[in-house]
Amino acid sequence: MVGILEDKDRIFTNLYGFHDWGLEGAKQRGCWNATRDILSYGAPWIIDNVKNSGLRGRGGAGFSTGLKWSFMPKEVKDRPHYLVVNADESEPGTCKDREIMRHDPHLLIEGCLIASFAMQAHACYIYLRGEYILERERLEAAVKQAYEAKLIGKNNVHGWDFDVYVHHGAGAYICGEETALLESLEGKKGQPRLKPPFPAGSGLYGCPTTVNNVESIAVVGTILRRGAAWFASFGAPNNTGTKLFCISGHVERPCNVEEAMSIPFRKLIEDHCGGIRGGWGNLKAVIPGGSSVPMIPAEQCENLAMDFDTLRNLKSGLGTAAVIVMDKSTDLIRAIARLSYFYKHESCGQCTPCREGTGWMWRVMERMVKGDAEPSEIDTLLEVTTQVEGHTICALGDAAAWPIQGLIRHFRPEIEARIAAYRSRRAIHTGHVIAAE
Amino acid sequence: MPKAKVNGVEVEFDPGMTVLQVAELAGEEIPRFCYHERLSIAGNCRMCLVEVKPGPPKPQASCALPAADNQEIFTNTPMVKKAREGVMEFLLINHPLDCPICDQGGECDLQDQSVAYGKGASRYGENKRAVEEKYLGPTIKTFMTRCIQCTRCVRFTTEVAGVTEMGMISRGEGAEITSYLEQAVTSELSGNVNDLCPVGALTHKPWSFNYRPWELTKTETIDVHDALGAHIRIDNRGPAVLRALPRLKEDVNEEWLTDKSRYAVDGLSRKRLDRPYVRKGGKLEPVSWDEALTAVAGKLNTTPKNKIGVIAGDLVDAETMKAAKDLFYAMGVTNLDCRQDGAKVGPVTQSTPRESWLFNSGIAGIENADAILIVGSDLRFEASLINTRIRKTWLRNAVQVGVIGQAVDLTYDYTHVGVGPKALKDFKKNAFRDVMKNAQRPAILVGSGAVAGDDGAAVLREVAEIADACGVVKDGWNGFNIVHAAASRVAGLDLGFVPVGEAIDATAMLKGAVDTLVLLGADEFDASGLDKTFVVYIGSHGDKGAATADVILPGAAYTEKSGIYTNLEGRVQIAERCVFPKGEAKEDWAILRALSDKVGQTLPYDSLAQLREKLITDHPVFGRIDVKPATRTFDLKAVGAKGDIKDRVFMSPIVDFYMTNPIARASVAMAECSAARGAHLKAAAE
Repeated sequence: MVGILEDKDRIFTNLYGFHDWGLEGAKQRGCWNATRDILSYGAPWIIDNVKNSGLRGRGGAGFSTGLKWSFMPKEVKDRPHYLVVNADESEPGTCKDREIMRHDPHLLIEGCLIASFAMQAHACYIYLRGEYILERERLEAAVKQAYEAKLIGKNNVHGWDFDVYVHHGAGAYICGEETALLESLEGKKGQPRLKPPFPAGSGLYGCPTTVNNVESIAVVGTILRRGAAWFASFGAPNNTGTKLFCISGHVERPCNVEEAMSIPFRKLIEDHCGGIRGGWGNLKAVIPGGSSVPMIPAEQCENLAMDFDTLRNLKSGLGTAAVIVMDKSTDLIRAIARLSYFYKHESCGQCTPCREGTGWMWRVMERMVKGDAEPSEIDTLLEVTTQVEGHTICALGDAAAWPIQGLIRHFRPEIEARIAAYRSRRAIHTGHVIAAE
Repeated sequence: MPKAKVNGVEVEFDPGMTVLQVAELAGEEIPRFCYHERLSIAGNCRMCLVEVKPGPPKPQASCALPAADNQEIFTNTPMVKKAREGVMEFLLINHPLDCPICDQGGECDLQDQSVAYGKGASRYGENKRAVEEKYLGPTIKTFMTRCIQCTRCVRFTTEVAGVTEMGMISRGEGAEITSYLEQAVTSELSGNVNDLCPVGALTHKPWSFNYRPWELTKTETIDVHDALGAHIRIDNRGPAVLRALPRLKEDVNEEWLTDKSRYAVDGLSRKRLDRPYVRKGGKLEPVSWDEALTAVAGKLNTTPKNKIGVIAGDLVDAETMKAAKDLFYAMGVTNLDCRQDGAKVGPVTQSTPRESWLFNSGIAGIENADAILIVGSDLRFEASLINTRIRKTWLRNAVQVGVIGQAVDLTYDYTHVGVGPKALKDFKKNAFRDVMKNAQRPAILVGSGAVAGDDGAAVLREVAEIADACGVVKDGWNGFNIVHAAASRVAGLDLGFVPVGEAIDATAMLKGAVDTLVLLGADEFDASGLDKTFVVYIGSHGDKGAATADVILPGAAYTEKSGIYTNLEGRVQIAERCVFPKGEAKEDWAILRALSDKVGQTLPYDSLAQLREKLITDHPVFGRIDVKPATRTFDLKAVGAKGDIKDRVFMSPIVDFYMTNPIARASVAMAECSAARGAHLKAAAE
């Protein structure tokens, strides 16, 4: 056995696409099984069980999914309720939702039905990332299959009228932010909205809306079939369940894998990825949760449990569980500079700190890569990141600030050395010029 | 009422207020760029960050955060100070340091707030961003590198002006404010975006590089380019009026101003009549005041009294009309009219109620109407700022609008009931009648397009009957509204500056029914009927009236005299003198006073104060300054007169919004607006 999670406990049994992704294959793997029975227990039962399972949102923030559902109005009044599935998976390093939609789309559709029923929504929108072409084709085909089998749609076998719409985005990272996603879905420019009001009060077209990540929704069917206790049996307290990890970077075999929450980092890497390239000792740093979270240095990785709370205590985060591994050959400053460029490029430009700050941070980072900076600028840069962090409408400002903060927190000597090296080269160069004159 | 503590000071506030408003209640100043009371909340500049408890451990945008009971708000903590400094620094890193050549300098929010809340030094060593200039039309000068993307201009044009022409393209650092395909912004309210712009990105194109704000003398006065009487401030340097800016007046113009009222002021320095002229041998020759007045007096004394006529123009103050009425009545002349457009609105007998020529619901009161029927008025151009109020109500889904007349673009949706008198006759059968009947506060707006002409009184009668049937006038609500387009009109009607009984009206006078015609700044007519008429023109600009004149007596424009103007809702307002009349020109009432000596009918007042006293004694309505008359019901049967009606399309008297009076026609800025937008407007009208 490798890893912690046994094969019988995997939710995404076709994660690698070895089997039929279609309806027949999905049914053989247990999907759409007893869905009607689940619905027959009623919405409160579903929400309670999702709460009890300890499922925390898989999109990055880690907010309790069941609790989020319970924020929706209990009764449908003059405005319809909506479920919106965030499939705008654009976080660098993250590719888990992609695999779900490619190889197990019916798990997602089933989850949409159950979640919509629990929140009394008759319509669900799946907002798909612009670059996901194959995924869109698969998802649309799967939705068609589900309609044809009367699993969803009007007068379906589950007795809950329910429509799924797949909406293809245009490829902006910011549209993965839930309110920007709603704006984009409404046909407007993808710019985050001010909160409050929160989507549960006024979301899509001003109606009560819940926005969930693909993975959060796709696991719901299996959780309810196998019981909240089963799901809660994995991982550490408050960090329960199974989780898709996307491991990329300097490991022997980068992969996507479903594992139990709180799996030790070293076990995750060594069991599933064949270890760090060049051995454990060659590890330099890890970005544990997608590009937005601060990196952690190798020395903190030895006994690291991969879950929300442990990583938060290390001033990082589990995020989307996109583990980016960097060995000692990595130019960390350059890596972070590239991420800064990404955030500068993807800032929506609506609010001041992010619009102006991301560009500033990127420019300074580019100079830091060369070492063309004053040592005091490291502190200035750090202060600029704190001026962006927490001052913006959405979390993109935070996401742009954190990688740089992580770099400076753990690898400040490296930056200083780079600056010193650049200066000494310049000094020699200047000396030559003087000599020549 | 809920309570909150602002920096430890407890204040009560109305539920629904934002943290920013509550802090202001407590007397704390909250810096802001994107927030504006009259626009939707964007929350994007992040300058108004404050600390709230209970709340997250990070500063909150106070403009967008609803205040809660027992909330503690802090505006002076280190967290807030740091947040403001941070935002200020970010705003400035890509803002050019070109204050010395920036027209906003001296009245720039960014300058002021960086002094008050900024760090004082720059840490940004990278290259600054440059943004390409945009063409936004003849009123908006752009310098987009200065833009801080607050989107006030976008929100104003979309929400208030009702044109979806501006927006933000691209994202992140590359975000730019522009108009759709860089076409000129077509709104008649475009100048307001220059006021709203907190930096120097959008400045007033017609006034660019002309002044520094601190070198101007500022006079608070009243606008005369339409009948609203918007509250404005005239800024002049020496004798030159350089700009007109709106003042805050909730009941009239809120804080907006039309482009014409704002930018036509350069017309005050052009094509001016600055000395008297007398036509000699077919040519106008400059003469002395004495010679000119003698010539006029001689003509007046030799013309039969029933062959003398007087027409007051659109920009004339009440005192001038009062002096003219006193003088000519004393001479036995009763052919007086203040309606050169021929509108059949006004007093017919002594007992005609004043309400029959007023905008009774009031300018602000129109927002309370839940159903509106507009008859023969292109409201967007005849009374732009009333139109924006209706749009505001319409945006709240609180009003339904019907139109009889041309199907013009009013910036909101309406039911097009019909185009002319036929639609009035058939209104009984129209579905919109039910909307009006079922409304709590229905209003009817009548423009001079409907009531001008021979059958104007009959059309007015029809409208009054509809109003009567729909309950437009009832206890506590008077929705019968006449839309005037001329600033002088209501005062003229209040004064009785209209032909009574057998007297000749303006339409007939302009067709040659009198031998001697005195024009008080009247220029909006076809002069072909005046070939044989001896015309005396008293006014400020060398326009159509002056070209027709045999004697020209140069008067003062609205910025050059103190004068009373009554706006269309009956609010009496006093315009102040900002500069002196040009050259030898005199204030108009003084010209009439001098003329009265020459004709031997000396007027009994030697000063403006005495004239005003007489005015108020004779017509007490002029004694209540800046008060909207109380809402009163009146007998709608007293409005208009039965008669034959010729079927036609109600046409607005305003063909070109930017060319409606002599000042606007003398203005270069208005000519450019007309050229840039005329085509668009004509297309919209067709």
